[in-house]
Order: sequence, then C-alpha cells, then structure tokens
Amino acid sequence: MGIEPERLHFSWISSSEAPKFAEVATEVIETVRKAGPVKKLVKTRAEVV
Amino acid sequence: MIAYGEKIREIAKKLLAEERVDLIIGFKQGTLPLMTEPVMIKEPEKTDQLYWSSFCSMNLANYLPKRKEKIGIIAKGCDSRNIAVHIVENQIQREQLYIIGVPCTGMVDRRKIQSLVDGKEVREAIESDEELTIKGNGFEQTVKKIDYLQDNCITCMHRNPVIHDELVGDLVEERKDPDPYDDVKEIEELAPNEKWELYSNLIKDCTRCYACRNACPLCYCPTCFVDEADPQWVGKSIDPTDTMTFHILRAFHCAGRCTDCGACQQACPVDINVRLFTRKLNKDALELYGCEAGLSIEERPPLDTYQPDDYDKFIR
Repeated sequence: MGIEPERLHFSWISSSEAPKFAEVATEVIETVRKAGPVKKLVKTRAEVV
Repeated sequence: MIAYGEKIREIAKKLLAEERVDLIIGFKQGTLPLMTEPVMIKEPEKTDQLYWSSFCSMNLANYLPKRKEKIGIIAKGCDSRNIAVHIVENQIQREQLYIIGVPCTGMVDRRKIQSLVDGKEVREAIESDEELTIKGNGFEQTVKKIDYLQDNCITCMHRNPVIHDELVGDLVEERKDPDPYDDVKEIEELAPNEKWELYSNLIKDCTRCYACRNACPLCYCPTCFVDEADPQWVGKSIDPTDTMTFHILRAFHCAGRCTDCGACQQACPVDINVRLFTRKLNKDALELYGCEAGLSIEERPPLDTYQPDDYDKFIR
C-alpha cells in the first residue's frame, strides 16, 4: 500500500552469525539513509496529552 | 432464491419445536426497504419473523464466537466459510451448530440501487428471481438484479455453502471467473508513491467509527487493539496517520482468514471500499500458500502452519 521498499527488510540471522548481522545492519542503514527522512505514517499534529 | 424464505421458516420452526437447537440466528425484514436486520429466535412460534431477500448481506457468523447454546444459523457461501474459520479457530464447536445453507446467487448492493433514483426515497422493493422493482414517490423502476450485485459477489467463486446440515434449495452453479483479482493487479503495478496516494485517498473520509471491524466475523478479540488504552497502540484521533494505522492493522489481522464476504464494505457509512486492503492479502494467501480461507474445517490457516517450501524470497 505504498510503504517504500527501502524501509522494509526481512532477515533471518542466527546468534552465531555476527558477520551476517553486521552486513545486514549496514545495508539497512545505507538504503534507509538513501531514502531520506520518513514522510509517511508520521504524525505532524501535536499530541493531545 | 426468493423462495428460500418459506423454506428457512419451515426448517427453523421444526428445529426449535423438536428442541434440536436452542436458538436460530437469521434475518428479519428491516424497517426500511433494501435493508435487513439480524435476528435471534428462541421460540418456534416466532419463526414467522425470519425473512430472506437479496439484501441479506450481513455475515451472521459474526454472532457465533464463544456462544454456548446449540445454534441453528443461516449461512450463504461466504458465511459458511466464516463459520468454518470460527470452528478452526476454536470460537465455536461444529457439534453446537446446525447450519442451514443457502446457495447464493449474489446479494444486491443497496447503494447501487439507491444511486439509480438520484437521492429519492425508495419506499418499496419487490423481488422476483431475476428482477427487482423499486417504487417511491413518482417513480417505479424494474432492474435485473445481476447488474447491481455487491462488488464481492461479482467476483465470488464460492456461492454454495462449504459446510451445511441442510440446504434450503438446490446448489447453484459456481462461476469459473477466470480472474477475480483484476483490480488488485492494477494496484500492484503502481509505484509505491502512487499506491500511498491511492490508499490515503481511499480512507480520507473515514471517521473511525469501526463499523467495518464490528461487522467482520474475524474481529472477535475481547479488546481490540484500537480500544486498548494501556498501552495505547494507536491514537484515537482521525489524524491520517492514526487512521491509516488502523486500516493497515485491521487488514493484516484478517490475512489468510478473510472470505471477502463484503460485510465491512457494506457496513461503512461513508462508502469506503475497505476490501481493497484485504483483497491483496487474499490474493497473496492464494498465490503464495495456495490457501483460500474457510474452505475446510480440517485445514489450519496459512499463518498458523509451516511448510519447508513456504514462500520466503523476501528473507535474506
């Protein structure tokens, strides 16, 4: 429904796969950074407390 | 299909008189034309209230979860699938139910009929097998029912009840519609931004009345996530973000369980086609897991089982 694919990542990483975790985390950060600040599903109005 | 009413009353009366059920869940005539109401009947002499027309679009499976009585229930094809979902999800036991199956040729969309008369009030609706005549102040019009079916009935592939103890008429022919998901495919082709715009526009009139949730037999959680105050999962305002969050989560809670009965769309007071959310999930459940909800009371739902060859291309 229009969530940018760059912001959605699925991975299966075992606790013994530290290098894979680092690799995936770096890649996630890079793609999200390229996508820029999030504009969808952000509440811009003041929260009523 | 119009002759079903008499048969329904006859079966219901017999079931109650013989004490085979404690309760009949069916439809009665609404206070306005083109409308029906759900009704629960416990005495055989009150079965005269039971009614059938092409406007019995509500899904009566909605009234089953956690009931303890022996129940006779009227079920169209889609309703029977929701009853099967309830049985699989342990909301009701099969032995408690006497399912009065209604082979269905589709429900007529009251909004499509209403739009024919340009805002004038329909005072009377008379049905035959194929046709519907509507009358009001200064107009009378007869239309073919098949041209004004609900959207979900147009693409319906399971018109006959999948489980039943008795049928009120002969089984109807299932359609071999080559592709019921044309509209979903069109949306799939859009770019993410276009999809976002389409769905944002779709729900812009939503007042968060939750009629879609309340009409849905799948939504039986004792406390819905939108009503929970501690923690508050989603804001209660009509802020577009809160509204979108509600619709996305409502749809995903129905993934692999939705029978596309159309109750949500019919219940919406501002005429939002909320099925556009759930239909994509139905298509995915069918294409990725070969599953259509509620076709059997033995089969576990796709999100509740694991197969080694399950689709997993999105995981790396």
